Formats: sequence, structure tokens, C-alpha cells
Amino acid sequence: MATAHSRTAARLMVSPAVILLFLWMIVPLGMTIYFSFLRYNLLTPGTSFAGFDNYYYFLTQAAFWDALRNTITLVVGVLLITVFGGIGLALLLDQPMWGQGIVRVMVIAPFFVMPTVSALVWKNMFMNPVNGMFAHIAKGLGLQPYDFLSQAPLASIILIVAWSWLPFSTLILLTALQSLDREQQEAAEMDGASPLARFWYLTIPHLTRSITVVILIQTIFLLSVFAEILVTTNGGPGTASTNLPYLVYAQSLLSFDVGGGSAGGIIAVILANIVAFFLMRMIGKNLEA
Amino acid sequence: MARKTTQTRKAVVTALAWAIGFLIFFPILWTILMSFKSEGDAIKAPLDMLAAPWSLESYGEVQTRSNYALHFWNSVILSFGSTLLALVIAIPAAWAMAFVPGKRTKDLLMWMLSTKMMPAVGVLVPMYLMFRDLGLLDSRSGLVVVLTLINLPIVIWMLYTYFKEIPGEILEAARMDGASLRSEILYVLTPMAIPGIASTMLLNIILGWNEAFWTLQLTTSDAAPLTQFIASYSSPEGLFYAKLSAASTMAIAPILILGWFSQKQLVRGLTFGAVK
Repeated sequence: MATAHSRTAARLMVSPAVILLFLWMIVPLGMTIYFSFLRYNLLTPGTSFAGFDNYYYFLTQAAFWDALRNTITLVVGVLLITVFGGIGLALLLDQPMWGQGIVRVMVIAPFFVMPTVSALVWKNMFMNPVNGMFAHIAKGLGLQPYDFLSQAPLASIILIVAWSWLPFSTLILLTALQSLDREQQEAAEMDGASPLARFWYLTIPHLTRSITVVILIQTIFLLSVFAEILVTTNGGPGTASTNLPYLVYAQSLLSFDVGGGSAGGIIAVILANIVAFFLMRMIGKNLEA
Repeated sequence: MARKTTQTRKAVVTALAWAIGFLIFFPILWTILMSFKSEGDAIKAPLDMLAAPWSLESYGEVQTRSNYALHFWNSVILSFGSTLLALVIAIPAAWAMAFVPGKRTKDLLMWMLSTKMMPAVGVLVPMYLMFRDLGLLDSRSGLVVVLTLINLPIVIWMLYTYFKEIPGEILEAARMDGASLRSEILYVLTPMAIPGIASTMLLNIILGWNEAFWTLQLTTSDAAPLTQFIASYSSPEGLFYAKLSAASTMAIAPILILGWFSQKQLVRGLTFGAVK
């Protein structure tokens, strides 16, 4: 089927995509690396070679370690909620029930809400200490309203982001559950395996691969959470809810420190690549199967 | 007896699932309800708010105060434009890789995917400066190109997994019957590829519509899509619950409807075909 002629045609068909992606990957990233070695501030004219000063500066500021800790807390917190919540919800939705289609639609809906909308709806309509629903409920119970976003900013953002991502893990795990071998389940049941034993020895091993996919893909996206922080807390109070992307944004576009921001960007790229390495191996293995 | 327990069990499962589903959906429902109240009623206690008279005034005000239609239109142009552009580039590429695979096709696919792993913030500074120097800040055309590029790997991957499922024997059968290359593509392959292309399109419109990093960084007003427009409600002066609700409802409604049609494709697209 593949003649020399069709090979040439195939190359021509692939090349625009390859060239564009190559340029997209190499040009801006090359510029970021270049800037990261420059003393370059948009407020002061001129640039000069800085060596590793920007990296040194970026890595030794207290804000970096706060941001790193917040980034990891955010990723791990959201993963815990969405993976365990997702397994529970998927198991529940897999049971026979009335109106399953409607429940499914309700559960999936948050995934389609744009980040700025979900963050502002939670911030104003629910978490606002004066007019939010939680404040109204607290007052109704005779309790003091709690100012979520200033007293527990990171936890509140974790809640908002987890709400957006719970549908994703649920949907993927539900899809995986539905491909479970029913006959195997029935055979185990006839052999006297308890529901718990069946869950542990049949369902969980079957789900392992999908859970890994959920964790890895979500991690990629969660490492770059940005809009939710921008519209709720602006990274504050102080650096209490600043994550790495937000810190880079603040440094480069709010403080106009192009060099420092670029160094931060490169550090973010390196961190993401460590995760990506595992994800790629996983997907690559799957491609062969 | 056994039948009765299954019925009871089903009733319990139904009640539990509906309760949890309702809880998850509640913030969206609440936003929709609030959008039909006046500004004064919207900040009342929940039950008082529900009891207040319904009105459409917020929808009108969102438009008169801030030209909502422009931002909605920007969102449409950005999501559809970037999706169509990505399809034009991706269809030939995915096609060639699926039907004329070479030794390096797999490496090429993995490499394309790896470009998606780069965090946007890593190229924020040069992109911002390039856009500034080229006068592309707050322009739709520049942003369409960026959105095309960030979603191109997903588009190629999704199309590739769909094209891969088209059996090669059909092509050979058509060729044996004397079909020319042109009629082969037109009458045999295209009809089989259309469902895959349509689902890819759907998912990418959703992703483009909700993209909230580059749209927030590279637009301010003229080219601002709904993500950026809604973000402007985050300032304390912009604290209008009813108007925020109306603007939000209109921003999410189209994509909720599209999304419900694309549940299956969503799983496939976002896991790069790893879970089907």
C-alpha cells in the first residue's frame, strides 16, 4: 500500500503540523531561556548578561518556596478529592437506578463551566462573608460567618478547582467501570467471593490504569492553575495562595522583571517535564498495545 | 423476595445519586436562578431571594452596560476559528500518519503530545513581548493562532485514533472495484471519517471557549472573550450578583449544551485515546 509516491505525499501532509509545532515549541522557549540569563526589566532601559543571577534570585526568595509548597498542596489536595470522590461517584453511577442519564448530566456539568465563572460564582455567591450562601447558613445556625478566601485561601481554591475536575475523574472512571468483565464478576460471586473481596481483587486492579491516567493528566493541568487564583485572591493574602504560574506572572507582568520571570518560567517547565516524563511513558505503552 | 431487595436497593441508590448529583450541580443552578432576580433581591438570604419576583432586567443591563454581545462574539470567533484552523492543519497530518505509517510515526506522535506538556507560563514572557511588539495584544487574530497551536496536538491525536479505526481493507476493496484515488477519498473515506472529525471539533470548541490563560493574558477589551469579560467582575466595584449571574449563565449555557453531547469524546480526547 505504501509506495514511494504515497510516502512523499504523506510527508507533505504531515510537515505543516510538524513545522508549526516545532516553531511553537522552540522559538518562545528559546527566548525564555535567553531572557532568563539577562538583566532585563521593562521599566529600566537596556539589558545586560546576568549569568545565573536570575535563577539565584528566583530560587532564594521566600515567595518561591511558598509558591512551590502551594503548588504541591493544590495539586495533591485536588487529586485526593477528585480521585477518591471520582471512584465513589463512578461506583455509585454504575449501579442500576432511575434517571441515571439526568444524574450523569448533573455530575458532569461543572467541567464545562469556564474557570473564571466557577471561581467567581464560588467566591461571591457562596464564600462571600456577607452575602454568600455559606454566610447566610452560618447566620441561620447562629454561627459567625467564615471568610473563606482570606482565612483559608488555598483550601478554598482547592475546593473550587476540585469541583471543576471531579466530573473529569468520575467520567473516566465510569467509562472504565463499564468495560469491566461482568462474567468474571458473576463467576467470582458464585465462587462465594464477598462484595468487598470482588471490589478489591477485581474492580480495583481493573481501574488502576485509568486512575493512573486521571492522576497524570490532572497533574499536568493542575500545575498550571491560574485563572481561579487571579479572580479570587490574587495570590494573597501575602503569598498564601500564590502558586508557581501566578508567581511567574506577577514577577514578569506585574513587576516587569522579564529576566526573573523567565527564570521562574524555566523552573516551571522543568517541574512539569518531570511529570510529563511519566505520563508520556504511560501513553506510549498504551499505543503499542 | 430477591426482587424486592433489588427494588429497595435501586430506590436507595437512586435517592443517593440524585442527592449527590443535585449537590454538585447546585452552584450552576443557583447562578441560573439568581440571574432572573433584580440586583437588590440577589443579595438577600437564600429563601428570600427565591421568593422575590422574577425579572429579566439583569440580562438587559449586562448588554447595555458593557456590550456583552461583543465579548460573546469574540468567544465564538476564537473557539470556532482556532478549531477550524487546527482541523485544516491536523486532518492531512493525522490522515497520513494513520494510513501511511512510517517507522517514526509513533515517535512523531509522542513528540507532538510532548509539546502539550509545556506549561504556558514557561513561554508567557516572550509571547507577551512578541505580541506587544507586533501590535497583536488585544487582537483576535493573534489569539486565534495561539489557541490553534495549544490545541493542535490534541486535535491530531484525536483524529489519529479515529482514522486508525477505519479498516484499511475497505480501501483495497474500493481500489479493486476500480475507484480512483479521488473517488476513494470522496466516497469511501470521507463519510467514514466525518463522525470522528465532528467529535474532535466539538471537544476543541469547548476547550477553546473555556481557555483561561492566554485569553486573560493577551486581551483586555476589544478582543476579550467571555473568560476575560467575566474576570472583570472580580473587582470589588464590580460586585453585582444578578448581573454576574446573567453574564455567567449566558457564558456557560452554549457550552453546557455542547458538552452534554460530547461526553464520550471528552474522555477519549482528554486522555489522548488512553481510555475509550
